[in-house]
Amino acid sequence: MQQVIGVLFNGLSLSSILLLTAVGLAITFGLMKVINMAHGEFIMMGAYTTFVVQQLFLSFAPGAFDLSYLVALVAAFAFTFLFGCVLEKLVISRLYGRVVDSLLATAGISIILQQAARSIFGERGVNVTAPSWLSGGISLGGVTFSYNRLFIIMLAVLSLVLVVLIMRKTKFGLQMRAVMQNRDMARCMGINSRRIDMLTFGIGSGLAGLAGCSVALLGSVDSTVGQLYIVDSFMAVVLGGVGNLVGTVFGSSIIGFSSIGIETGLSSADIAKCLVLLIIIVFLQFKPQGLFAGRTRQLDE
Amino acid sequence: MKKSRQMFARIAALMLSLTLAFSLVACGGGSSSTGGGTSTGGGTAGGDEGDTVVVGILHSKTGAMAISEQAVIDAEILAIEEINASGGVLGKQIEYIEEDGASDPATFATKAEKLVSQDKVVTVFGCWTSSSRKAVKSVFEDYESLLWYPVQYEGMEQSPNIIYTGAAPNQQIVPAVEYLLDNGYTKFFLIGSDYVFPRTANMIITAQVKAAGAEIVGEEYAAMDQTDFASIITKIEAAKPDIIVNTLNGTGNVSFFKQMAEKNYTAAEYPTMSFSIAEEEVATIGPDILKDHMVSWNYYQTTDTPENEDFVAAYKARWGANRVTSDPAEAAYDGVYLWKAAVEKAGSFEVAAVLEVIRTGEISFQAPEGLVTIDGATQHLSKPVRIGVIGADGLIEEVYATPEPVAPDPYLKGYQWAVDANIQPLE
Repeated sequence: MQQVIGVLFNGLSLSSILLLTAVGLAITFGLMKVINMAHGEFIMMGAYTTFVVQQLFLSFAPGAFDLSYLVALVAAFAFTFLFGCVLEKLVISRLYGRVVDSLLATAGISIILQQAARSIFGERGVNVTAPSWLSGGISLGGVTFSYNRLFIIMLAVLSLVLVVLIMRKTKFGLQMRAVMQNRDMARCMGINSRRIDMLTFGIGSGLAGLAGCSVALLGSVDSTVGQLYIVDSFMAVVLGGVGNLVGTVFGSSIIGFSSIGIETGLSSADIAKCLVLLIIIVFLQFKPQGLFAGRTRQLDE
Repeated sequence: MKKSRQMFARIAALMLSLTLAFSLVACGGGSSSTGGGTSTGGGTAGGDEGDTVVVGILHSKTGAMAISEQAVIDAEILAIEEINASGGVLGKQIEYIEEDGASDPATFATKAEKLVSQDKVVTVFGCWTSSSRKAVKSVFEDYESLLWYPVQYEGMEQSPNIIYTGAAPNQQIVPAVEYLLDNGYTKFFLIGSDYVFPRTANMIITAQVKAAGAEIVGEEYAAMDQTDFASIITKIEAAKPDIIVNTLNGTGNVSFFKQMAEKNYTAAEYPTMSFSIAEEEVATIGPDILKDHMVSWNYYQTTDTPENEDFVAAYKARWGANRVTSDPAEAAYDGVYLWKAAVEKAGSFEVAAVLEVIRTGEISFQAPEGLVTIDGATQHLSKPVRIGVIGADGLIEEVYATPEPVAPDPYLKGYQWAVDANIQPLE
């Protein structure tokens, strides 16, 4: 029983990490249809921002070190949000409708960012220390629930709720959905689609930054940390159905729980990854639109 | 609409495969840029003409291994400069040509060939990973040249053209397991990164533990870039080992120990014995997490010999006060001095002559770790073995040392349990 609870908790934890990395992608890839190969590098930037903020706290305010992680969360979101906006303005906005071109351009940006990280921070991974209120865990009935995994689960749920609220309840969200569904019509209605594009892309990038902040709690941070999560995140979005947030939640959960389940019950992480990938490939053969196919009234092509 | 969705699905598939390809490239590690070696040897001719003799230094200066190998390069340059300052070898000053293996075995092979055939260096100090050593092995054998390899490794190799100055398995792994068995540990859990060293090491450990009547309660491998150890930790909890033997490498150690700590586990609940954690790794992971865990090496920065005091002082003076010395750096430093001793005894820089005196088994050096001697038969060093415990200050304190240097036995022929288990090299 203890082991079952342990596996469920680990599955939930992995699912929430995937969800956190995939929510941003669900916006830029799912809604905007921009295949951003550099999305993983936004995760990396968020992780490095956490590291830099911690170092700054260690140098200037070691007494307030426990606050550094909260500051880092805000800083990571702000930094990646701004970087995303700039990237959208300079590169992505010129490539709308040219999917292959934007794919190549963002792949190039991904390589540039990775090399930049190597040049600035070095090859060897750096380590982010969990604040005291996130270290350790709580033991209930023989199972230890670690605080930082509980925190990541909470952060994932919170991000998802906020994104849904923004999209459903605000004027900006309404405009965003309008632009994503039918750009020309939205512009006819007087919506500044350029601005909406930029902000939407920025939010997607900022969420990746938050994801980076949370994965920094689990392991070391190096220039390739984003690459570790990006494949799984794309899979979660595609499996759930492109353009559907509920689908992304289900996609992440299926991948997360089945990975942990297979790894704990049967074999190693490598085999688990292969099996999960195989299941997804077979599934997409029968349902290429994913679990939840998005429906729009768009009449393009 | 249908068409655009299909198109989109296709592109999504293309993109997924591209991502996979990229991550593979990233795993392959490092740029393939070669950039040319920085030659401090101004002379055009290599070898030992004139007042100088030219040697090669072949390590990764770029790519994933660069940070580790830089410490080794620094130790080798330090030894060369010290020797030059005290009059050189056979009256000649040593010059060195540095080449960059770029963390890529194929580049290592190309650069090795360049050093021995074009630059005609008299010997090469180089390599770190087993894959890079295996890649250059045939080059040194074909050109009948000589490589000094400074890192502890999985054993099961004995090239006539390589001198191994790091530990063989019986000088690191076997004594560590012996120490654990002597201290009453009976339930071993093996965890390692998925490549040749951990797999070979665990084969050896399994044979040794079973022969002693103790038990292996689990054996798990993590991918090199794995970050989530939750499942492996669940398996450890279920297996209830009293000791974890850890051959994880690189970032795996950070994730594993962090995630053990997040479950409130310390060395009191789950003690570990690690073979790839030295002073530099302790600094990265954090001594608060690693406190009281055990490691096994031949040398620590705290090793208490007069030679080590001088070595640590010289290393910090030359490369910076914040630098730490480690086992591989010390073994690399020893390699240069052992080469000098062999050349002086042979009275010649000729590889054949040098190898001849090495095979007498009389070449030794009073190293920072203690007296090391090249074993003539195996071309490995006999060296002392030390078990250490990580302290709260990030340094490693020795808790046990073999009274005498241990003779190398790369194929473990001297251990009946290893012979019985018929351990074979993994290729």
